[in-house]
Amino acid sequence: MLTILYDGIAYGMLLFVLACGLAVTLGLMNFINLAHGAFAMAGGYCTVILVNRFGVPFAFGLPIAFLVTALLGGIFERTLYVHVYARSHLDQVLFTIGLVFMAVAAVDYTMGSSQQFVQIPEALQGQFEVAGIGMGKYRLLIIVICGLLTVALQLILAKTRFGSRLRAAVDDQRVARGLGINVGAVFGVTFAFGSGLAGLGGALGAEILGLDPTFPLKYMIYFLIVVTVGGTSSITGPFFASILLGIGDVAGKYYVPKLGAFVIYAIMIVVLIWRPQGLFARGTAR
Amino acid sequence: MSARADEVALYLKRRARWSPLEIAFWIFAFATIWLFPGKYLILKDTAILALFALSLDLILGYAGIISLGQAAFFGLAGYFSGLVAKYGFINEPVIALICSGVLAAALGFVTSFLVLRGSDLTRLMVTLGVSLMLGELANRYSNITGGADGLQGVEIAPIFGRFRFDLFGHNGYVYCLIVLFICFVIARRIIYSPFGLSLRSIKGNNLRAAAIGIPVKWRLVSIYTASAGFAGIAGALLTQTTAFCSLDVFSLERSADLLLVLIIGGTGYLYGGLIGAVIYKFLQDWLANLTPQYWQFWIGLVLVTIVLIGRDRMAGWIGAVRAFFHRLGARLAPRLPALGGAGSKGP
Repeated sequence: MLTILYDGIAYGMLLFVLACGLAVTLGLMNFINLAHGAFAMAGGYCTVILVNRFGVPFAFGLPIAFLVTALLGGIFERTLYVHVYARSHLDQVLFTIGLVFMAVAAVDYTMGSSQQFVQIPEALQGQFEVAGIGMGKYRLLIIVICGLLTVALQLILAKTRFGSRLRAAVDDQRVARGLGINVGAVFGVTFAFGSGLAGLGGALGAEILGLDPTFPLKYMIYFLIVVTVGGTSSITGPFFASILLGIGDVAGKYYVPKLGAFVIYAIMIVVLIWRPQGLFARGTAR
Repeated sequence: MSARADEVALYLKRRARWSPLEIAFWIFAFATIWLFPGKYLILKDTAILALFALSLDLILGYAGIISLGQAAFFGLAGYFSGLVAKYGFINEPVIALICSGVLAAALGFVTSFLVLRGSDLTRLMVTLGVSLMLGELANRYSNITGGADGLQGVEIAPIFGRFRFDLFGHNGYVYCLIVLFICFVIARRIIYSPFGLSLRSIKGNNLRAAAIGIPVKWRLVSIYTASAGFAGIAGALLTQTTAFCSLDVFSLERSADLLLVLIIGGTGYLYGGLIGAVIYKFLQDWLANLTPQYWQFWIGLVLVTIVLIGRDRMAGWIGAVRAFFHRLGARLAPRLPALGGAGSKGP
């Protein structure tokens, strides 16, 4: 029981790191980015190549994955996404699904369609027992890293000048622009950072979620659930939503394995009917 | 006042007239039965896809609802028609087809109330969620549906007891084409009615539409239900002509491909789905021959390019072509000028 809770929290934390970039882009630019998972996949494959082929230590592989995907996200944002912000939601959905298709086929072509595994250092394998609960070491690492990241993100958002600019832009883009905040630049940096986080999440999660070319399609739905259920106006909303989703998914698969993800979809639909703007949304006039 | 009403009625009637280009389109469509006898399989798939895309066009092009969940209706009706044929509840394919359509429409009616809330993203998620849930259910009750192996052992009785589904797909294709045509005529009737005009105004601005007395919610519920029915018929056609049904009828890819089909053809003028289906199927066939494993890449590239060029601009080109044909048609058969512009493009 507690092991399920523990695994669920680790899973949820991972989902949060993967999805929080999406939450910010959606809240800030009202942009539906279905290709978010592609960046996560890029991070995962980056780590696989670095660690398995070039023997880079796992601890260095993670930050490099973050940097590479952030760079990638920044480039894509400046060259392609910029043209699509002002378009309708339908165009955005089409554009990003197109990107996902391309990413899936491109990875399939370069890396093959089989599942990839990151070689994790031996110190992180196995599990230990605390008060009768078996805890995987790797999952503990995930919880620690993701927990630290969450705290850091919250601090950045709440305490720094950049954070207050970002929050202002999310709350009301027009007024923020009127106050002299360069919303475009704020968004570019945030997009790159969010993609980097997705990449880091993909690298960390390769072990748990499995990494193959269909990754962006498979987990796109999960990211979207996190974002729609959690709401996009804060970072705590998606956080709780991902923890809920993580625990719900692990518990659902454990107790009613035959129903699979049915439980998750059902919960999502019920929540969305009950509160169409997300569970933790503040009443913004949008 | 009544003179004005007459004028409007006349305008509507004139607007709904079949243009020479449309008639030529359908003559050509039926001519394919004799023109391409070796291509029945891909033609049949195209006809089914066209009907499916037509159903999405009804809600996307005319009512402005973005949906990633048309596969729910497609799959439900597909499994239904497969099961009734397998266990011999309804042997006549045409009746089974109509029943499947009605069942899908019923699901559409029920889920329409979920879909009509919230923003675009919420709609996207709810429609997608419904189809994924049905997929999970079909997987769960694999003793009925066959699960991941698909529904096997379906035997479809001959149509009207006379026309057997043959190996070459001749009868299957003719059957699909006739069903497509009938559904198209119904959809066309819906769209060119005052009801269709009210949908257009809802898409343009639903606040104003409500202000001039259009019951926005019920209009959307009805068109969503109708669209679900058409999607269901398409799904049932697929099962009946292939005598097989698998879990991928519910998949996300199916709904996403459908959006692509409609975008290639253009939304909001009924033929978009049909033309899009033809282009998509033959593009897919060609690309799959070229690069068997990676055709998805090129499909994605097409999508990205279309969006970057801009659908409005492409609609402009299509509009120019249409205008050309219109002038041509006008020269061949002189007609009265229309009341509010001849084109029926979206805004």
